[in-house]
Amino acid sequence: MKIFTNVGSSVINFLEETGKFFIFTIKTLKSSISKWYFRNIFQQMVSIGYLSLPVVALTSFFTGGALAIQIYYGGNQFNSEVIVSSIVALGITRELGPVLGGIVVAGRVSAAIAAEIGTMKVTEQIDALRTLSTDPFEYLVFPRVIAGIIVLPILVGFADVIGIMGGWFVGVQSLDFNGTVYLQNTEIFLESNDIISGLIKASVFGFIISMMGCYHGFSSEGGAQGVGRSTMNAVVSSSILILGSNYIMTNLLFAS
Amino acid sequence: MIEIKNLNKRFHKNEVLKSLNIKIEKGESAVVIGRSGTGKSVLLKCLLGLLKPDSGVIKIGNKNIIGKNLQYINNKSVKIGMLFQGGALFDSLNIWRNISFSSLQNKVSEKECKKIAIETLEKVGLNSDVADLYPSELSGGMQKRVSLGRAIFSEPDIIFFDEPTTGLDPITADVINKLILEKVNDLGATALTITHDMSSVRTIASKVYMLHEGNIIWGDNVGEMEKTKNEYISQFINGQSNGPIKIQNN
Repeated sequence: MKIFTNVGSSVINFLEETGKFFIFTIKTLKSSISKWYFRNIFQQMVSIGYLSLPVVALTSFFTGGALAIQIYYGGNQFNSEVIVSSIVALGITRELGPVLGGIVVAGRVSAAIAAEIGTMKVTEQIDALRTLSTDPFEYLVFPRVIAGIIVLPILVGFADVIGIMGGWFVGVQSLDFNGTVYLQNTEIFLESNDIISGLIKASVFGFIISMMGCYHGFSSEGGAQGVGRSTMNAVVSSSILILGSNYIMTNLLFAS
Repeated sequence: MIEIKNLNKRFHKNEVLKSLNIKIEKGESAVVIGRSGTGKSVLLKCLLGLLKPDSGVIKIGNKNIIGKNLQYINNKSVKIGMLFQGGALFDSLNIWRNISFSSLQNKVSEKECKKIAIETLEKVGLNSDVADLYPSELSGGMQKRVSLGRAIFSEPDIIFFDEPTTGLDPITADVINKLILEKVNDLGATALTITHDMSSVRTIASKVYMLHEGNIIWGDNVGEMEKTKNEYISQFINGQSNGPIKIQNN
């Protein structure tokens, strides 16, 4: 009997949380037709994009390099110069660039947003905003969400280039490929749709990361422990949603 | 100026405010006292539009504000200022930006805002040196002064104070109390303070209300507080554990 109670309770909690998130999203979208705080949007673009660039660049470079080695040693080494360059380029632009970039940024940015907004919530700073006639959705949430949507594709664009260069570097240094031929093969096999699909995914991931950070930050209760829990939830939920939505988008963009 | 009629608010089974009635005249400095957990903060949050009461009427300047947010109230009727218990200064903004926050959002130039913010800092006994510092660089007493500065910056008609002296030493608390009294008198504002600090009550209040189990059980001029034979008031202001107020969950 207890198992039914637990399952029922989990389902109710899930539905309640989904409903709350839906209302939160509606409020965020509603705030987009009100006042735009351009200064906040710019600050968030710097915080989410520019400051995440080193970690995203390192992740992409090493992923591109590791991918090149795996394809070379795992596959048929005949004609490997063509296969490695094309699969690295497609793998990075279609999947690994956006997904790994998204996951890395989720760990860094979603946590930071949840911790910052969570602390503001428990120290009454969000109530203070309201008493100063400022809508927290317009001032805090929307600038982060729009910045995430704009900046993630730019970050992933950099990640694509750096990831491909990681593969090229390993190919030239370790696998004795000709650097010019490698890049020519990359150019031949890579189509604009491969890059655009990755950037579309990145934009969706930007929305997920910033929304999860803001939503869990706003849900914070009970001091430092509550803020810690919200931060963890923000990272976990944004990572899962990135992977889930990536699967759906890959189906929509490529399966047809 | 502020009239509350039959205000009810419950959280699940916990009935926090029970048909609460209170009327605060213009220019009055009312203080609501009561033990922790009696609903003082809930009352304040209902007044500020941060919580929606289950039923009842809250009139500010003759307009029922139930269901309205502060942006609406500030635009339509009267200006409201608020001093939060912990100060609630924005820790990502420096002091002058904290004080002039509302004007900065309304496209007033930064130069003008900083100038007025520094004037406001002087009003609350701080010099211009702190204008460019961040809240974390100030002591608790200085943060409370800045928070008071932010509350009076827009010259509000009504100011709410939530436990203004919590966490301060008695001397700093007295300085803040006197500063509150002075600024409220200067502005001619209506003030509502919630506190359980009796020295605050004696300094700030013109009228005192006692909140107990979700209702106002006593209200009169501050001078009457010491003379009253009401057992609840006597127990509370003398800080006695024996009396009609039962100690639960402490």
